[in-house]
Amino acid sequence: MHLTSEDLSAILLTLELAGVTTVLLLLLATPIAWWLAHTRSGWRAPVAAIVALPLVLPPTVLGFYLLIALGPHGSVGQFTQWAGWGSLAFSFSGLVLGSMIYSLPFAVQPLVNAFEAMGSRPMEVAATLRANKLDAFFTVAIPLAKPGFVMAAMLSFAHTVGEFGVVLMIGGNIPDKTRVVSTQIYGHVEAMEYAQAHGLAGAMLLFAFVVLLIISWANRRRTQTAT
Amino acid sequence: MSEIRLQLDLARNIFNLKVDLHLPAQGISVIYGLSGSGKTTLLRCVAGLETHARGLVQVGSDIWQHDSAGVYLPTFKRPLGFVFQEASLFVHLDVADNLSYGLRRGHAHNQKIVLDEAIALLGIGDLLQRRTDQLSGGERQRVAIARALATQPKLLLLDEPLASLDSARKQDILPWLEKLRDELKIPMLYVTHAADEVVRLADTLVVMESGQVRVVGPVTEVLSSIDLPLVVGDDVGALIEGYVHALDKPWHLAQINLSESASGMSDDRSLAFASLWVRDNGLQVGQSVRLRVLARDVSITLEQAQNTSIQNHLPCVVESIHAESHPSQVLLRLRCGEVFLLARVTARGAHGLGLQVGMKAWAQVKSAALVK
Repeated sequence: MHLTSEDLSAILLTLELAGVTTVLLLLLATPIAWWLAHTRSGWRAPVAAIVALPLVLPPTVLGFYLLIALGPHGSVGQFTQWAGWGSLAFSFSGLVLGSMIYSLPFAVQPLVNAFEAMGSRPMEVAATLRANKLDAFFTVAIPLAKPGFVMAAMLSFAHTVGEFGVVLMIGGNIPDKTRVVSTQIYGHVEAMEYAQAHGLAGAMLLFAFVVLLIISWANRRRTQTAT
Repeated sequence: MSEIRLQLDLARNIFNLKVDLHLPAQGISVIYGLSGSGKTTLLRCVAGLETHARGLVQVGSDIWQHDSAGVYLPTFKRPLGFVFQEASLFVHLDVADNLSYGLRRGHAHNQKIVLDEAIALLGIGDLLQRRTDQLSGGERQRVAIARALATQPKLLLLDEPLASLDSARKQDILPWLEKLRDELKIPMLYVTHAADEVVRLADTLVVMESGQVRVVGPVTEVLSSIDLPLVVGDDVGALIEGYVHALDKPWHLAQINLSESASGMSDDRSLAFASLWVRDNGLQVGQSVRLRVLARDVSITLEQAQNTSIQNHLPCVVESIHAESHPSQVLLRLRCGEVFLLARVTARGAHGLGLQVGMKAWAQVKSAALVK
């Protein structure tokens, strides 16, 4: 398998994008998931629907709106320009933002499931042992929800690696800046470079398979220890 | 004497909890009632786990909640220990880390000593390195109790701690609870619907019914009351405290004097008669015990019966006579020296003997169960 330096740079950029997205996404998804798992508010259903939107919408729709919002006349674009950050469209930061929105349900849902499975009892027990809410959250809720966090991280990472439509719409396929593996493969195919497309596509296939295999093993081990 | 003051209101879908209690700040107060009577909810209110409850929670001189004065301590600021019905150990921590979780967050100056005492008191020294899923149900509850004690609580709340255990495990853990009561100075509120736990553990008995307190008082008084005959277990019956006066080794019997303590022994002849012979299961002279005498096991004679196999005859005075739910029966309350017995007899029998309040008679006790 022969990879060009452009291919390698695309792979590194993909891993960097997926890594940054996953870390930021877990930070964002944890409070959202905690709220969804515990709230009795009437806002729960609308918020859950908004979080799940990226599951249903074509990535191009998502990418289109993001492009408008991030562009120089969009609300986000005007803010970033005012703040002196320039436009996020066609930049790595823009890709991270788009990926976070695109993968949000894959991070939130496993966490909601984990928090709901835990129930309210562990937090009550912690309170009777003199732990305030924040203390109990970090020392009890997060450790107990660890399988949910592992699942959320793996799904977010893998899903970001596999995205194409959003990246194409807001990234612009700029080498070393926004050209990731999926758009690189698209470029190879457009240019009739099938051998190189094979190399990258094969690597992606293997990656996806390994991730799903690990998730499947992790799930089985969890159900075994639970019984 | 300091007391625990609970005056609480909480609206629920199925019932409204509304209680106003003064409980002694010592010994075990058992909160007894059918499921759905609000006893667990009451306990959760005391702990601050029901955040919508309004009222007053005061333990000794400490006020935990006094809504009209704007005082409300969240659960983690209330110096209490809570033992939940089912195993509530943190599964991500081993036994030692479970124990130190509350210990580190408490205010004990001598943490090592506090922890060692709790471990010794519940006999869990061998379990410290175990994961929680390697413990039996009884071991889990003992660890949960020790974990609660390690925070040095001023009040220990136990919510049916034995309900999830089978009968054999329950017998394993009851002695540990008695040890807690006898060796610690911490008052306990103990929720249960099991009769054997009531008669064995309670000093004070609170009976709950649809969110309200039906009756409250010292357990021996409540159980021998006839105004509200309380079926705890199989039948109504008195609970009597006494101490072992003598042993009849050849016949494996023990004589129990029915009085609060050995020091309360009286020279008064009539009181000296108030004693019962029970099966000797390895009792020691001077040991304090509790006897449960069911109303159906007590019958009445006017003269002391001779020629009978029944060993226990107590001189008594008929205190009151109460109709039973079936018209063929009456329930009698008898005073025997310092203690009270309940007797169920047929209405015809009572009529035939001409029983009246204030009459002297003999109570024949066919069986008395040693519950402690």
